Amino acid sequence: MDFTLKIWRQENAQAKGRFETYKLTGISPDCSFLEMLDILNETLINDNIAHPVVFDNDCREGICGMCGLYINGRPHGPDDGVTTCQLHMRRFHDGDTITIEPWRARPFPVIKDLVVDRSAFDKIIQEGGYISATTGGVPDANAIPIPKQDADEAMDAASCIGCGACVAACKNASAMLFVSAKVSQFALLPQGKPEAKKRVVKMIKKMDDLGFGACTNTYACEAECPKSIKRTNIARMNREFICSKLTSSEE
Amino acid sequence: MATLNSKIPEGPLSEKWTKYKASQKLVNPANKRKLDVIVVGTGLAGASAAASLGALGFNVKVFCIQDSPRRAHSIAAQGGINAAKNYPNDGDSVGRLFYDTIKGGDYRAREANVYRLAEVSNSIIDQCVAQGVPFAREYSGYLANRSFGGAQVSRTFYAKGQTGQQLLLGAYSALSQQIKAGTVKMYARKEMENLVIIDGKARGIITRDVKTGEIERWFGHCVILATGGYGNVYYLSTNAMNSNGSAAWQCYKKGAFFANPCYVQIHPTCIPVHGDYQSKLTLMSESLRNDGRIWVPKKKEDAEAIRKGEKTANDIDEQDRDYYLERRYPAFGNLVPRDIASRAAKERCDAGYGVGTGKAVFLDFKDAINRLGKDKVEERYGNLFQMYQKITDDNPYETPMMIYPAVHYTMGGLWVDYELQTTIDGLFAAGECNFSDHGANRLGASALMQGLADGYFVLPYTVQNYLSAEIYNAPIPTTHEAFDLAEKEVNEKIAKILSVKGNRTVDSFQKELGHIMWEKVGMGRNKEGLTEAIPMIKALKEEFWKNVRVDEANECMNPELEKALRFADHVELAELLAMDALQREESCGGHFREEHQTEEGEAKRDDENFMFVGAWQYKGEGSEPELHKEDLNYEFIKVQQRNYK
Repeated sequence: MDFTLKIWRQENAQAKGRFETYKLTGISPDCSFLEMLDILNETLINDNIAHPVVFDNDCREGICGMCGLYINGRPHGPDDGVTTCQLHMRRFHDGDTITIEPWRARPFPVIKDLVVDRSAFDKIIQEGGYISATTGGVPDANAIPIPKQDADEAMDAASCIGCGACVAACKNASAMLFVSAKVSQFALLPQGKPEAKKRVVKMIKKMDDLGFGACTNTYACEAECPKSIKRTNIARMNREFICSKLTSSEE
Repeated sequence: MATLNSKIPEGPLSEKWTKYKASQKLVNPANKRKLDVIVVGTGLAGASAAASLGALGFNVKVFCIQDSPRRAHSIAAQGGINAAKNYPNDGDSVGRLFYDTIKGGDYRAREANVYRLAEVSNSIIDQCVAQGVPFAREYSGYLANRSFGGAQVSRTFYAKGQTGQQLLLGAYSALSQQIKAGTVKMYARKEMENLVIIDGKARGIITRDVKTGEIERWFGHCVILATGGYGNVYYLSTNAMNSNGSAAWQCYKKGAFFANPCYVQIHPTCIPVHGDYQSKLTLMSESLRNDGRIWVPKKKEDAEAIRKGEKTANDIDEQDRDYYLERRYPAFGNLVPRDIASRAAKERCDAGYGVGTGKAVFLDFKDAINRLGKDKVEERYGNLFQMYQKITDDNPYETPMMIYPAVHYTMGGLWVDYELQTTIDGLFAAGECNFSDHGANRLGASALMQGLADGYFVLPYTVQNYLSAEIYNAPIPTTHEAFDLAEKEVNEKIAKILSVKGNRTVDSFQKELGHIMWEKVGMGRNKEGLTEAIPMIKALKEEFWKNVRVDEANECMNPELEKALRFADHVELAELLAMDALQREESCGGHFREEHQTEEGEAKRDDENFMFVGAWQYKGEGSEPELHKEDLNYEFIKVQQRNYK
């Protein structure tokens, strides 16, 4: 298969970026999207065309959350429920022009080419995305039975890989889906209850402070999430937030 | 020097760890704040160690190469984590888990370490549940279990096919809590490039910032390495693209012994190689072998017709199918340990019965679908089937999956004693980067167990014991000449790579190395192949330093340079791996020497001559490394031939 690639190139955070166009021929339809970029980079180096295109990637099986490209206007490209690394070239047509950009969101500044800085997500988790259980001194794992349905729902929320597609998809660069997934996981489990009221308030405040936008309920985040995290998590987080504000005895 | 003291406490097996904990030295809270601990890597072992030591009050600095500690490759583990809880009441116990692990490792692991692992396994599950890890549960609300290879009990806890993800996110959340509390400082996108030793003790590291190329110095009263395995020496593996053995190799070159490098696990159920552009191999969880049946055609002409595309799996009648694992190992059937399943697949393919490209066998769910219904199969394995279909464009509900073994895990690693301390004072190694618990073959769902055992429940004790003697030592400024020297070595290595300006990309070298390793130091090894491989690896190393091409400067985000720095280490590690495989004139676990097999083609150990840990000592560039032997004394277990028939 042959492709024309329009790729965002940017030297560093300060530099002005631009699109560059590269032609690539003879790609196998069984090739993954990132393998296609590997081939492009080998070609760019060997044919003295340009420096290789820098993109984040690691596990290449859809779980680490490292890869994330904006492909033809959609985070992680045209397939539903997959990450960029799980996308294969058979999903495109021979001769297609493919546009590849980094995530575009103010809290995710570009580092180089297609790589962005997502450390804002870590900062949100550090505000309360945990249950304060230090090592040792905890009860037996079966001491507290948890209804299967709650455990399953918590698992679905916990499947978030922190890739940032929800933020990239949102016109407001809101991180509501990401934050609500973590808040929901712990809100559903008895172990998470003691800190629930504080957790939701602190995480939302941090999200706002870091410059993520507000949610206007268009659910582009849910549509583009490679792990199909549900928007019902956002509703749950809003309930948790209101409850916390109304009932918390603390300032 | 050069005597290996494993420091195993005296006394009966079941009392060793209790005794150690009761007699270890402690550090008082006021002194903990003054002691710096460096942790390299944020997988299960690194993140859990950093969080636990931070919670104790030590001053922890933790480093990872990815953009966030949550990305470490532990996240990709699918199937589960073992523990001796015996919740199903099916006969499990600490002793049974200990025995299965030793036997699974083909009697090449240290008894005391493995017993401790089994002993703390239950605490891991308690800890993770307390952290909010959403393990699978029964309708009763209690935890669910499933079976894995090499065991006859159900002791594996799981969270869908994403157990590693959930456990890592649990450890990451504990780490995040400590970062917020200020006890742990997190440094992401920084790669360790050298170890700093002062007066014989590990005292710090040199890192390269992956974003800017900046070389930085960090002091620690001790250093914990938790940097994973070296499977990517083979290029194609189930490891992540950035997984590498570089940090461990730097420590080896500074004096840490490297143990059993030839013990490499080849996982039987991976999606086969399909093109030379391929960058990695994808694992299909071992849990699939609970219901899938592995087979190849009985007749060579059928296999050939399938390879040519003239027939499909569904054209082969039942009586013409060879379910070779069930045939050879009736007691364990499709659930034999990984090394055995992998070799059996290779044997069939080498004999001309392979399907697909010839390097594949079928994993068939037809019977399971008939017995349980498609819905039930989908409920159990839906995400794996979907993943398979995305990659191969085949529907496994209709045609059998095609699978082939691939490099997955390295049992070998830095030699450590009972305290997980290497042969360098103050340098500890945890998780996959040490050699300690899995012998010559790791059982499924035991890697997660070991990583978390080391990080949550072993290092907090043993590191404290070490640091108790350090309270009199003030932090050493990073202007110390040892830091100058270590940084100079890094700068010189980078400058040397950039000065080559050759014609070949780093990937082309890594692919060539991978090819040599897979063909000659892979699943089946023999003296001839290994003797050929070593000069080939040496020649490749020489060519690398003459002909590698890295264009951009150090002072920017430069993945080509990162890969080159790692390859420079991998090519050396590969040579040691081959030497170790050559030295070990026996077959055991993942190490199969074709000269040493039974008439039925099973691995034939030589307990008389090889019941030892082979620990290699670096002797300088151009000199042969020296092999030290730690004898394995089985005091509590009766050593037998492994039998899964």
